[in-house]
Amino acid sequence: MMDSLSSRIDAALQAIASAATLEALDAERVAVVGKSGFVTEQLKQLGRLPAEERKAAGERINVAKNTVLEAIAARRNALDEAAFEARLANDRVDVTLPGRRTERANLHPVTRAMERICEIFARLGYDRVDGPEIEDDWHNFEALNFAPDHPARTMHDTFWFADGRLLRTHTSPVQIRSMSGRTPPIRIIAPGKVYRSDSDQTHSPMFHQVEGLLIDETSSFADLKGTLAAFIRAFFERDFEMRLRPSFFPFTEPSAEMDIGWSAEDGSTRWLEVLGCGMVHPNVLRNCGIDPERYSGFAFGLGVDRFAMLRYGVEDLRAFFENDLRFLRQFA
Amino acid sequence: MKFSENWLRELVDIPAGRDELVERLTMSGLEVEGVEVLGAALDGVLVGEIIAAEKHPDADKLRVCRVDIGRGEPLQIVCGAPNARVGLKAPLATVGTRVGEITIKAAKLRGVASNGMLCSGRELGFDADADGLFELAADAVVGRPLAEAMGFPDAAIELGLTPNRPDCLGMHGLAREVAAEFGSRPKIPRISEVAAALADTLAVELAAPVDCPRYCGRLIRGLDARAATPQWLKDRLRRAGIRPISVLVDIANYVMIETGQPMHAFDAQSLAGPLVVRRASRGEALKLLDERTVALDEEFLVIADGRKAVALAGIMGGHETRVTDATVDVFLEAAHFAPACISGRARRLGLHTDASHRFERGVDAELPRQAIERATALLLGIAGGKAGPLTEALAAEHLPKRVEVTLRRERLRRILGHEVADAEVARILDSLGMQVAESAQGWMATPPSARFDIAIEEDLIEEVARIHGYSRIPVQAPRGEITPAALPENRVAAHRIREQLASRGYSEAICYAFVEAELLRTWGLHDAPIALANPLSAEMAVMRTSLLPGLVAALDGNRKRQQPRVRLFEVGRSYHAGEAAPIEVERVAAVALGDASAEQWAEPRRKLDFFDIKGDLVSMLALTGADAGEFRFLPGGPGWLHPGRAATVWRGDRAVGWVGQLDPRLQRALDLDDDVYVFELELDGASRRSVPSAEPVSRFPSLRRDIAVVLSDDIPYADIAAAIRAAVGERLVDLMLFDRYAGPNLGNGVRSLAMGLILQDRSRTLTDQDADQCVDLAVSALATGYNAKLRG
Repeated sequence: MMDSLSSRIDAALQAIASAATLEALDAERVAVVGKSGFVTEQLKQLGRLPAEERKAAGERINVAKNTVLEAIAARRNALDEAAFEARLANDRVDVTLPGRRTERANLHPVTRAMERICEIFARLGYDRVDGPEIEDDWHNFEALNFAPDHPARTMHDTFWFADGRLLRTHTSPVQIRSMSGRTPPIRIIAPGKVYRSDSDQTHSPMFHQVEGLLIDETSSFADLKGTLAAFIRAFFERDFEMRLRPSFFPFTEPSAEMDIGWSAEDGSTRWLEVLGCGMVHPNVLRNCGIDPERYSGFAFGLGVDRFAMLRYGVEDLRAFFENDLRFLRQFA
Repeated sequence: MKFSENWLRELVDIPAGRDELVERLTMSGLEVEGVEVLGAALDGVLVGEIIAAEKHPDADKLRVCRVDIGRGEPLQIVCGAPNARVGLKAPLATVGTRVGEITIKAAKLRGVASNGMLCSGRELGFDADADGLFELAADAVVGRPLAEAMGFPDAAIELGLTPNRPDCLGMHGLAREVAAEFGSRPKIPRISEVAAALADTLAVELAAPVDCPRYCGRLIRGLDARAATPQWLKDRLRRAGIRPISVLVDIANYVMIETGQPMHAFDAQSLAGPLVVRRASRGEALKLLDERTVALDEEFLVIADGRKAVALAGIMGGHETRVTDATVDVFLEAAHFAPACISGRARRLGLHTDASHRFERGVDAELPRQAIERATALLLGIAGGKAGPLTEALAAEHLPKRVEVTLRRERLRRILGHEVADAEVARILDSLGMQVAESAQGWMATPPSARFDIAIEEDLIEEVARIHGYSRIPVQAPRGEITPAALPENRVAAHRIREQLASRGYSEAICYAFVEAELLRTWGLHDAPIALANPLSAEMAVMRTSLLPGLVAALDGNRKRQQPRVRLFEVGRSYHAGEAAPIEVERVAAVALGDASAEQWAEPRRKLDFFDIKGDLVSMLALTGADAGEFRFLPGGPGWLHPGRAATVWRGDRAVGWVGQLDPRLQRALDLDDDVYVFELELDGASRRSVPSAEPVSRFPSLRRDIAVVLSDDIPYADIAAAIRAAVGERLVDLMLFDRYAGPNLGNGVRSLAMGLILQDRSRTLTDQDADQCVDLAVSALATGYNAKLRG
């Protein structure tokens, strides 16, 4: 009887190992431990054995039963695994198909340059301030030391309103508004739109400037040079040759224009005028209630559009205001 | 200011070549804007004289000339220039010479041999708009190389002078400046007095001595106004950008370029009696040299004779008293007019003349006498005649004064951040023609009469720095104190709003702040916009009162450039008339057109609708962290929005903007055949936020209950949500609408709304009974308030 058990178990184990499906495996389980499986049958017949043999036989049968059940479990796992692998093998996407599109757009290149400029000066301790675009003659001209009818006014082609107000021709009026009623030290940066009645490839009737102003008890022309050199290097991420040329603005003395030695792709270098600057004129300080004997300072004004053109290789200023998506999308 | 380089070099030793001269001028503040090299390639071009000119046998417009070039047989030249005539001296390019791009060859023109070419100024590259043969002066020596006859090589250098340097608007002043820059001495010839050969004078009265404190004049009689201007003088004028006209005009212009003093020549016979320099009277008319008659007022200064105004002082002479070819007697004028009485006057008349340009900036008051003497000498030498004595009317007390200016050594050092040696400072001030005295603290300098721009210490500091060289001032970082202002956190930075809209697919646009008035009217934006008094064009005539008309125009431009899906936004100002001052309102606006999302395989195509743009707007408003319900969208908007698809955005008790579809009638008027959705908000209302104040999070779990109610579709969802919030109170931490349904099985005019209520308590775990109670509160509020029924 025992021989027959062990040979049947061996046969069952073989059948289990070769079961290809869960159904076949289950049939084998039924054949061994099902209601009329041969192990179940043998257990039923245990009672007929003499008492002294019963215990040992029972143990043998149980061991055999467990062996089979373990083999079935192992085989079930293997079959599950294989089935999962097979499913996974078919469960795939074309990863090269485009992802769901939510289009992302971008900021205007002038904004981008403007933010860059302001951020650099913020790091140098300049606070950002703002002023009106519709200005009066006092803030745009007179307080900045432009006498009425002064020829320097002809350098500013001005848009006027019937009431004598005007569209600011530069961001310099913000100097006046920021200095009045404040005690130095002052470090401010004033970005914004400005207007001149002029329009061609290099002039737009509306453009952008950033005005910078520093007033304290120690500042000098050397500090102005240092500040501008640091700014240019930070903005362009390059070292340029720089030069300051004497120039004239009614609100600064000494005054200068700054050129940078712009190197083109062909290796040639040319001087490009990039900004105007100077030491704040004592009359301007006085107009704002600041004692020019105690305080001195410098101011500079730069054309943001020009910086954006240089930085991003834009050739025609007018492209900034045409709002052509094919242009705008290049500045992501 | 444009001038001949050779002329400058005659007036001052310049130990440098052209490139260095140009560089040094620019770096000393006289910016060189252009250099025109003259006569570089004139080898083989000679002075020729036409000794015969006959019609070409086979061509009406050609002439066969015989040209003497001073050696050998005269050359036969076929020429088409209308001014080719016997006796004319003109440049002749001999065979083999290169002129511009061509090499001159012996050729036959319509069968007649031509052995060279008579040239125009344009062909030779020194007179771009000259027609016909370049006419050389009668005294030009035949056969001489043209380059030699014209003082070539030379260059016409153009300076872009800043308004503070009128002293460099004459060669003598320029030479002084260049001498200071190069540390050399100017060689300005002394102008000698011309003795009077006549006793005749014309009296001048200074009736406005503040405006005109000095007036020099001189009568010259019996001259030949048709005399030819010599070649050298014409050449210098041309190189200064001035076209030669006639000897009298040329000499006046020449003396102005040379000395910087504008002059005027009257035909003396056309003047009636003594002159007076006075202010014009209101309505006084004067016909100017350019034949325009201008109406004057008391702001203008005139020269008048016994009858009426004969010249607009410092700006332009009168037509009736002008010199002509027939003039025999002239009265020369060289006067000092104060900048204050000239400034702006020419512009008011739409004029800008060489004289007004100089006088409004300031002309050396010591020049008039010299200018008269110089002009007299030139006139007598070229046009003959006899001179009367130079007369001068003077109000010395009104001449501009040059005051002594103090320059402190310490101030110079502080402003420049750089030490300039004492000796260098003194040298610079002296080289600029200042009278300098040393003091314990520094220097006292009196500027020369030609400098109108030196009145305070800083002016001297600039002069020292300029000549010393800006490049020698060190580069250093400011050492001053940094006192950063408070960084406000109660506003969402405009930059974050920009980034948010960009991340939702809106490209940032920048539109002009001025628009066409008609466009605003088309939009029905009727509050009167602020109009520019001098717009560039009708398209840019009034200040925008909304960002949207410009943005929609930009959107349309893109649509026409084959962009089917356009999203643009702008952050900028609108401008409105105000009581005391104009009001500028910072706004954010966006426009959208086309499909809801970019065309793609994984999402169905769908037209953009109201809830797309509202979602974009709300995502932007979410930056403020405002509580649900703080921004309210109430039905209805301005006339340019679709009446049924427009909302006014309220924040608290203030309407801060609009969102919706453009009114179909406006879309039609703007030729838009696709629906356009827009929003525009005041940036302040859209960006205000409070600084977060943290509270502990609830430790107790939340519960969700869903309800579906059926009610009239007239009732805005916002009202329903508000009613639920009010009814449930604090325990309702979130409310979301997850379904909306309307259909025939519900009946007409009603809809079903399904909402999820998230409930939570701060102090304890909510029980099912608590949750049921909350739902009951919500449902009964809706039932009483809106006749809502629970959907089964």
